[in-house]
Amino acid sequence: MMNGVGSTLRVPSRPGLFPRWRLAAGLALAAGLALTSPLARAQLKVGDPLPALSQYALEGNLPSVLGGRVVVLDFWASWCGPCKASFPTLVALQNDFGAAGLTVLGVSVDESRAAYEGFVRKHAPVFPTVRDAEHRLVKVVRAPKMPTTYVIDRHGVVRHIHEGYHGDTSAKLLREQVSALLAEKP
Amino acid sequence: MGRRSFRSCLTVRFGLRSMALAALAISGVGCSGVQPWERATLTTYAMRPDRDPLAGAMGEHIYFSRESSAGGRGVGGSGCGCN
Repeated sequence: MMNGVGSTLRVPSRPGLFPRWRLAAGLALAAGLALTSPLARAQLKVGDPLPALSQYALEGNLPSVLGGRVVVLDFWASWCGPCKASFPTLVALQNDFGAAGLTVLGVSVDESRAAYEGFVRKHAPVFPTVRDAEHRLVKVVRAPKMPTTYVIDRHGVVRHIHEGYHGDTSAKLLREQVSALLAEKP
Repeated sequence: MGRRSFRSCLTVRFGLRSMALAALAISGVGCSGVQPWERATLTTYAMRPDRDPLAGAMGEHIYFSRESSAGGRGVGGSGCGCN
Protein backbone atom coordinates (compact mmCIF):
# COMPACT_ATOMS: atom_id res chain seq x y z
CA MET A 1 0.00 0.00 0.00
CA MET A 2 2.82 2.34 0.79
CA ASN A 3 4.30 1.95 -2.63
CA GLY A 4 0.90 1.77 -4.31
CA VAL A 5 -0.47 3.66 -7.19
CA GLY A 6 -1.38 6.81 -5.28
CA SER A 7 2.13 7.34 -3.98
CA THR A 8 4.05 6.40 -7.08
CA LEU A 9 1.97 8.20 -9.69
CA ARG A 10 0.98 11.34 -7.85
CA VAL A 11 1.88 14.42 -9.81
CA PRO A 12 4.09 16.69 -7.75
CA SER A 13 2.38 19.93 -6.89
CA ARG A 14 3.53 22.87 -8.92
CA PRO A 15 5.12 25.74 -7.15
CA GLY A 16 3.67 29.19 -7.30
CA LEU A 17 0.56 30.95 -6.11
CA PHE A 18 -1.71 29.67 -8.86
CA PRO A 19 -1.13 26.02 -9.68
CA ARG A 20 -2.79 24.72 -12.79
CA TRP A 21 -5.67 23.01 -11.03
CA ARG A 22 -6.61 26.11 -9.09
CA LEU A 23 -6.48 28.24 -12.20
CA ALA A 24 -8.65 25.76 -14.12
CA ALA A 25 -11.19 25.57 -11.32
CA GLY A 26 -11.30 29.34 -10.99
CA LEU A 27 -11.82 29.81 -14.70
CA ALA A 28 -14.56 27.18 -14.74
CA LEU A 29 -16.33 28.87 -11.84
CA ALA A 30 -16.02 32.33 -13.38
CA ALA A 31 -17.27 31.09 -16.75
CA GLY A 32 -20.20 29.35 -15.15
CA LEU A 33 -21.18 32.37 -13.11
CA ALA A 34 -20.85 34.65 -16.12
CA LEU A 35 -23.02 32.44 -18.28
CA THR A 36 -25.72 31.94 -15.67
CA SER A 37 -25.80 35.44 -14.25
CA PRO A 38 -29.02 37.35 -14.94
CA LEU A 39 -26.89 40.36 -15.78
CA ALA A 40 -25.23 38.43 -18.57
CA ARG A 41 -28.48 37.65 -20.34
CA ALA A 42 -29.99 39.95 -22.89
CA GLN A 43 -32.41 42.50 -21.55
CA LEU A 44 -34.54 44.93 -23.49
CA LYS A 45 -32.90 48.31 -23.10
CA VAL A 46 -33.49 51.86 -24.22
CA GLY A 47 -32.67 52.07 -27.93
CA ASP A 48 -33.57 48.43 -28.65
CA PRO A 49 -36.35 47.60 -31.09
CA LEU A 50 -39.49 46.07 -29.67
CA PRO A 51 -39.62 42.34 -30.47
CA ALA A 52 -42.43 41.20 -32.76
CA LEU A 53 -45.14 40.40 -30.25
CA SER A 54 -46.98 38.02 -32.55
CA GLN A 55 -44.27 35.37 -32.28
CA TYR A 56 -44.68 34.73 -28.55
CA ALA A 57 -48.06 32.97 -28.54
CA LEU A 58 -49.68 35.53 -26.28
CA GLU A 59 -53.21 34.72 -25.16
CA GLY A 60 -55.70 37.33 -26.23
CA ASN A 61 -56.02 39.72 -29.10
CA LEU A 62 -53.13 41.97 -29.94
CA PRO A 63 -53.98 45.37 -31.41
CA SER A 64 -54.21 45.09 -35.16
CA VAL A 65 -51.94 48.06 -35.74
CA LEU A 66 -48.97 49.03 -33.60
CA GLY A 67 -46.67 50.38 -36.28
CA GLY A 68 -46.57 54.15 -36.48
CA ARG A 69 -48.10 54.51 -33.04
CA VAL A 70 -46.56 55.31 -29.69
CA VAL A 71 -46.91 52.23 -27.51
CA VAL A 72 -46.90 51.90 -23.75
CA LEU A 73 -46.18 48.26 -23.07
CA ASP A 74 -46.90 47.32 -19.49
CA PHE A 75 -45.93 44.02 -17.89
CA TRP A 76 -48.18 43.32 -14.94
CA ALA A 77 -49.58 40.56 -12.76
CA SER A 78 -52.73 40.20 -10.71
CA TRP A 79 -50.66 39.38 -7.61
CA CYS A 80 -48.66 42.60 -7.86
CA GLY A 81 -49.99 45.52 -5.81
CA PRO A 82 -48.18 48.32 -7.66
CA CYS A 83 -49.46 46.89 -10.94
CA LYS A 84 -52.97 47.33 -9.67
CA ALA A 85 -52.16 50.87 -8.59
CA SER A 86 -50.80 51.70 -12.04
CA PHE A 87 -53.94 50.74 -13.93
CA PRO A 88 -55.83 54.04 -13.43
CA THR A 89 -52.82 55.90 -14.82
CA LEU A 90 -52.66 53.62 -17.85
CA VAL A 91 -56.38 53.99 -18.40
CA ALA A 92 -56.06 57.77 -18.25
CA LEU A 93 -53.20 57.67 -20.74
CA GLN A 94 -55.23 55.61 -23.18
CA ASN A 95 -58.26 57.87 -22.79
CA ASP A 96 -56.32 61.10 -23.13
CA PHE A 97 -53.85 60.18 -25.86
CA GLY A 98 -55.46 57.29 -27.73
CA ALA A 99 -56.88 59.51 -30.43
CA ALA A 100 -53.51 61.20 -30.87
CA GLY A 101 -51.76 57.94 -31.64
CA LEU A 102 -51.07 56.14 -28.36
CA THR A 103 -51.74 52.47 -27.74
CA VAL A 104 -51.45 51.10 -24.24
CA LEU A 105 -50.94 47.34 -24.19
CA GLY A 106 -50.91 45.31 -21.00
CA VAL A 107 -49.08 42.00 -20.88
CA SER A 108 -49.97 39.86 -17.90
CA VAL A 109 -47.47 37.32 -16.63
CA ASP A 110 -50.09 35.51 -14.58
CA GLU A 111 -49.68 31.77 -14.70
CA SER A 112 -53.26 31.37 -13.50
CA ARG A 113 -55.81 32.13 -16.17
CA ALA A 114 -58.54 32.46 -13.55
CA ALA A 115 -56.55 35.09 -11.66
CA TYR A 116 -55.89 36.98 -14.88
CA GLU A 117 -59.49 36.90 -16.01
CA GLY A 118 -60.75 37.89 -12.58
CA PHE A 119 -58.44 40.89 -12.49
CA VAL A 120 -59.40 42.02 -15.96
CA ARG A 121 -63.09 41.58 -15.19
CA LYS A 122 -62.80 43.60 -12.01
CA HIS A 123 -60.72 46.46 -13.37
CA ALA A 124 -62.07 46.43 -16.93
CA PRO A 125 -59.20 48.36 -18.53
CA VAL A 126 -60.02 50.34 -21.66
CA PHE A 127 -56.77 49.21 -23.25
CA PRO A 128 -56.09 45.73 -24.62
CA THR A 129 -54.41 43.16 -22.40
CA VAL A 130 -52.92 39.82 -23.31
CA ARG A 131 -51.47 37.03 -21.20
CA ASP A 132 -47.95 35.72 -21.53
CA ALA A 133 -48.92 32.41 -20.01
CA GLU A 134 -45.69 30.59 -20.85
CA HIS A 135 -43.52 33.61 -20.00
CA ARG A 136 -42.02 33.50 -23.47
CA LEU A 137 -42.06 37.24 -24.07
CA VAL A 138 -41.09 38.33 -20.57
CA LYS A 139 -38.11 35.97 -20.62
CA VAL A 140 -36.87 37.68 -23.76
CA VAL A 141 -37.57 41.17 -22.48
CA ARG A 142 -36.37 40.27 -18.96
CA ALA A 143 -38.52 42.80 -17.18
CA PRO A 144 -36.46 43.86 -14.16
CA LYS A 145 -39.40 44.49 -11.83
CA MET A 146 -43.14 44.14 -11.63
CA PRO A 147 -44.60 46.19 -13.13
CA THR A 148 -42.23 47.30 -15.85
CA THR A 149 -43.51 49.76 -18.41
CA TYR A 150 -41.81 50.34 -21.74
CA VAL A 151 -42.51 53.50 -23.68
CA ILE A 152 -41.95 52.86 -27.37
CA ASP A 153 -41.85 55.45 -30.11
CA ARG A 154 -43.57 55.42 -33.49
CA HIS A 155 -40.65 53.54 -35.03
CA GLY A 156 -40.88 50.66 -32.58
CA VAL A 157 -37.83 51.66 -30.55
CA VAL A 158 -37.82 51.56 -26.75
CA ARG A 159 -37.31 55.11 -25.54
CA HIS A 160 -38.09 54.91 -21.82
CA ILE A 161 -38.34 52.17 -19.23
CA HIS A 162 -40.19 52.49 -15.94
CA GLU A 163 -39.21 49.92 -13.34
CA GLY A 164 -42.04 49.58 -10.86
CA TYR A 165 -44.79 52.11 -10.35
CA HIS A 166 -44.15 55.04 -8.03
CA GLY A 167 -47.50 56.78 -7.88
CA ASP A 168 -47.77 60.37 -9.04
CA THR A 169 -44.09 60.51 -9.96
CA SER A 170 -44.48 57.71 -12.47
CA ALA A 171 -47.83 59.04 -13.71
CA LYS A 172 -46.41 62.51 -14.37
CA LEU A 173 -43.31 61.16 -16.07
CA LEU A 174 -45.32 58.82 -18.28
CA ARG A 175 -47.55 61.65 -19.44
CA GLU A 176 -44.60 63.86 -20.25
CA GLN A 177 -42.80 61.13 -22.15
CA VAL A 178 -45.86 60.06 -24.11
CA SER A 179 -46.66 63.68 -25.00
CA ALA A 180 -43.12 64.24 -26.23
CA LEU A 181 -43.11 61.10 -28.35
CA LEU A 182 -46.49 61.91 -29.86
CA ALA A 183 -45.17 65.33 -30.78
CA GLU A 184 -42.29 63.80 -32.75
CA LYS A 185 -42.78 63.61 -36.49
CA PRO A 186 -43.82 60.12 -37.71
CA MET B 1 -3.59 -4.01 -14.01
CA GLY B 2 -6.36 -2.54 -16.08
CA ARG B 3 -7.87 -0.78 -13.08
CA ARG B 4 -4.50 0.52 -12.05
CA SER B 5 -3.87 1.97 -15.48
CA PHE B 6 -7.22 3.71 -15.51
CA ARG B 7 -6.67 5.30 -12.12
CA SER B 8 -3.18 6.34 -12.93
CA CYS B 9 -4.41 7.91 -16.14
CA LEU B 10 -7.00 9.92 -14.29
CA THR B 11 -4.55 10.95 -11.63
CA VAL B 12 -1.96 12.12 -14.09
CA ARG B 13 -4.15 13.88 -16.62
CA PHE B 14 -6.72 15.61 -14.48
CA GLY B 15 -6.06 15.18 -10.84
CA LEU B 16 -8.63 14.27 -8.27
CA ARG B 17 -8.57 17.69 -6.72
CA SER B 18 -9.27 19.36 -10.04
CA MET B 19 -12.22 17.10 -10.64
CA ALA B 20 -13.59 17.73 -7.18
CA LEU B 21 -13.29 21.48 -7.65
CA ALA B 22 -14.86 21.31 -11.09
CA ALA B 23 -17.80 19.40 -9.62
CA LEU B 24 -18.09 22.00 -6.88
CA ALA B 25 -17.99 24.82 -9.42
CA ILE B 26 -20.65 23.19 -11.57
CA SER B 27 -22.93 22.59 -8.63
CA GLY B 28 -22.30 26.13 -7.40
CA VAL B 29 -23.47 27.76 -10.58
CA GLY B 30 -26.57 25.61 -10.57
CA CYS B 31 -28.17 28.12 -8.22
CA SER B 32 -30.68 30.48 -9.78
CA GLY B 33 -32.78 33.35 -8.54
CA VAL B 34 -36.53 33.80 -8.76
CA GLN B 35 -37.29 36.23 -11.52
CA PRO B 36 -39.71 39.14 -10.93
CA TRP B 37 -42.39 37.49 -13.08
CA GLU B 38 -42.13 34.20 -11.18
CA ARG B 39 -43.11 35.50 -7.77
CA ALA B 40 -46.79 34.64 -7.76
CA THR B 41 -46.34 31.92 -5.17
CA LEU B 42 -44.28 34.19 -2.94
CA THR B 43 -47.20 36.60 -2.72
CA THR B 44 -49.69 34.09 -1.41
CA TYR B 45 -51.13 34.51 2.06
CA ALA B 46 -49.14 31.55 3.36
CA MET B 47 -45.93 33.48 2.72
CA ARG B 48 -46.91 36.43 4.91
CA PRO B 49 -44.92 36.69 8.12
CA ASP B 50 -48.06 37.68 10.03
CA ARG B 51 -50.30 34.96 8.66
CA ASP B 52 -50.75 33.36 12.11
CA PRO B 53 -51.58 35.90 14.86
CA LEU B 54 -51.10 33.39 17.68
CA ALA B 55 -47.68 32.30 16.45
CA GLY B 56 -46.79 35.95 15.97
CA ALA B 57 -47.79 36.81 19.54
CA MET B 58 -45.81 33.89 20.93
CA GLY B 59 -42.78 34.84 18.90
CA GLU B 60 -43.06 38.40 20.10
CA HIS B 61 -43.29 37.21 23.73
CA ILE B 62 -40.17 35.08 23.34
CA TYR B 63 -38.33 37.96 21.74
CA PHE B 64 -39.38 40.34 24.52
CA SER B 65 -38.32 37.85 27.22
CA ARG B 66 -34.92 37.43 25.64
CA GLU B 67 -34.14 40.95 24.47
CA SER B 68 -36.24 43.13 26.79
CA SER B 69 -37.52 44.96 23.77
CA ALA B 70 -40.49 44.57 21.53
CA GLY B 71 -42.02 45.88 18.35
CA GLY B 72 -40.56 46.96 15.08
CA ARG B 73 -41.14 43.59 13.53
CA GLY B 74 -43.88 44.53 11.11
CA VAL B 75 -43.29 43.97 7.44
CA GLY B 76 -45.79 45.07 4.86
CA GLY B 77 -47.00 42.66 2.22
CA SER B 78 -45.52 39.39 1.23
CA GLY B 79 -42.76 38.41 -1.12
CA CYS B 80 -43.63 39.74 -4.54
CA GLY B 81 -40.69 42.12 -4.42
CA CYS B 82 -42.63 44.66 -6.45
CA ASN B 83 -41.16 48.12 -6.83
